Amino acid sequence: MTMKPLLTITDVRRTFGDVIALDSVSLEIHENEFFALLGPSGCGKTTLLRVLAGFEHPDSGTVMIGDQDLLAMPPNKRPINLMFQSYALFPHMSVEKNVAYGLEREGCAKDEIRDRVAQVLQTVSLSDKARKRPAQLSGGQRQRVALARAIVKRPRLLLLDEPLSALDRKVRAEMQLELKRLQHEVGITFVVVTHDQEEAMSMADRIAVMSNGLVEQIASPVELYARPSTAFVADFVGSSNAFQGLRVTGGVDVPGLGVLHGQPVGEQMGALAVLIVRPEDVRLVSEGEAFLGGLVLDTQFYGGRSTVAVQVPGCPAPVIVTCQGTASVERGAHVHLAWAPDKAVVLSAATQNKDGNDGQEPAL
Amino acid sequence: MPVVHGSGARRRRTRASRAIYLGPGLLYITLFMAIPMGFILSYAFLEKAPYGGVRLSFSLDSFTRALEPVYVSVLENTLLIASITTLLALVIGYPVAYAIAKLPPKWRTVAVILVVLPFWSNFLIRTYAWILLLNSEGIMNKGLLAVGVIDHPLALLYTREAVILGLLYAYLPLMILPLYASMERLDWSLLEAARNLGAGRARAFVDVTFPLTLPAAMIGAIFVFVPSVGNFIVPELLGGGKTVMVGNLVRDQFLKARDWPFGSVLALTMVGFLVLLFAVQGYVARRINIGDSRA
Repeated sequence: MTMKPLLTITDVRRTFGDVIALDSVSLEIHENEFFALLGPSGCGKTTLLRVLAGFEHPDSGTVMIGDQDLLAMPPNKRPINLMFQSYALFPHMSVEKNVAYGLEREGCAKDEIRDRVAQVLQTVSLSDKARKRPAQLSGGQRQRVALARAIVKRPRLLLLDEPLSALDRKVRAEMQLELKRLQHEVGITFVVVTHDQEEAMSMADRIAVMSNGLVEQIASPVELYARPSTAFVADFVGSSNAFQGLRVTGGVDVPGLGVLHGQPVGEQMGALAVLIVRPEDVRLVSEGEAFLGGLVLDTQFYGGRSTVAVQVPGCPAPVIVTCQGTASVERGAHVHLAWAPDKAVVLSAATQNKDGNDGQEPAL
Repeated sequence: MPVVHGSGARRRRTRASRAIYLGPGLLYITLFMAIPMGFILSYAFLEKAPYGGVRLSFSLDSFTRALEPVYVSVLENTLLIASITTLLALVIGYPVAYAIAKLPPKWRTVAVILVVLPFWSNFLIRTYAWILLLNSEGIMNKGLLAVGVIDHPLALLYTREAVILGLLYAYLPLMILPLYASMERLDWSLLEAARNLGAGRARAFVDVTFPLTLPAAMIGAIFVFVPSVGNFIVPELLGGGKTVMVGNLVRDQFLKARDWPFGSVLALTMVGFLVLLFAVQGYVARRINIGDSRA
């Protein structure tokens, strides 16, 4: 992947009255990248998207596209197109009119418009719906029209606001693949805004996790999952078991459980810390090598894998263990748990990483 | 919208409940509209009786009489006045409705109440009030004289302009309300979409806001135009009998000249215009909202 920054966001801040929607956000989005802004609702991701599209103006900070000042351009002059969450298709225009609209505003020649519209409708497999009105289409078809309308302009950057949220499960999975394929095909930089971590993980090259107007971490999906840099990221991305305690050599000293082993990630000794272990990294072991022991509360079978919930004395929440196939233990059994120390991450408890972390962590 | 086909029994039940819901309204419309309209329609083809009422013999005299130049000019005058009123109402009402729709939600209700506030007092009294404002001794003339804009009172009252002003004042809310209703539920993200696709503010308005609010504007236009055509109080009070409109003519035929057939023909002419206008509005609305379940 090329590392040329297409979009450079520096110290962008936006407040609405007392609410800080964006608290000095800085990040770079590379050319031809599939980038995701991930976070719970109210984290500022939509505000950032609207800043990029030109519907909001930041109180301070700069946004550069290439070497041009993006904030100085009115929304209709930006080389950025947005696929709205509600699709925002013009109800009084046919599908082809909707798609042609952006090209007509550019002043393209009639022939060129016709060809490009026909081509893009073919790309999203809607050629036979060209003369229909949006209200005559299904949700998935409308979404594809919205996508076609945005990419036909060949923007330098395509913003997608919760692109899959309105679709049902099956169509979602198809669209997910479709978007990924399209991104490769048209070679446009994609920025997806989503609250759905699976959506971000499965599609994006890099993800910025946001919370309370701050960028918590920027990393590839794999890195984000394996090496979360804050407790928030660990909790928000994937499921995890968290143990609170004090930082000691080799891990975290959890009251009532003793020292649990994990990888230290630059923490002060004696500070409050939290140890994060993914359910699939926890193993059922014999008593001798165990870190923890407890009673099996419940087991759940999910086809390819099962989860076991273990009640560990001294732990507020049950510890979740994922294993392949069916669970080898039954409810009420006493089990022993352990994990490889390099699979557990030690983080400072309840911190927020102000700077964001752009690939600073050691790669796996 | 998917159409769900129920079972036959269920459909019958739906039909029965529909009859119950529609019943009172239908009864009212039949008694007070359909039947009187039937009378009007039949009177138009009958001969007039000497002291009002009709004689039961077929005649087209009233129709030919309506084509006499004096009546055609009244009709033309009426349509002109109503058209100007409607146009002004649209030009004034559209930005007002737009501004109200852009207010924060709690202020919208206040604004709508202010718009309909005049309806809470009697129409006749409000029209009389305009006489006080417009006559040569009225506030308007006195004010203009006082600041020295004019040196003798203007003849504001008893003019065609005064009639238009009175009609505009009376029916402007009927333009604002449907426009506001359509703007309030307008999806503003459509405007952002137009901007995002390269349209400037004005272009986005022309391409998105205007066509999507056009059906409502036409409803508003009908709401203003139709009662303006039929109004006889405003031309009488503010036009001083100099400006005769079809409404005055109809009223006079029934109550003064006692020519019920001719009055009926004039009334039917107005109904004809109304039907035509609704047909046009319906056509435009359908063109804009094809497949839209809200249409």
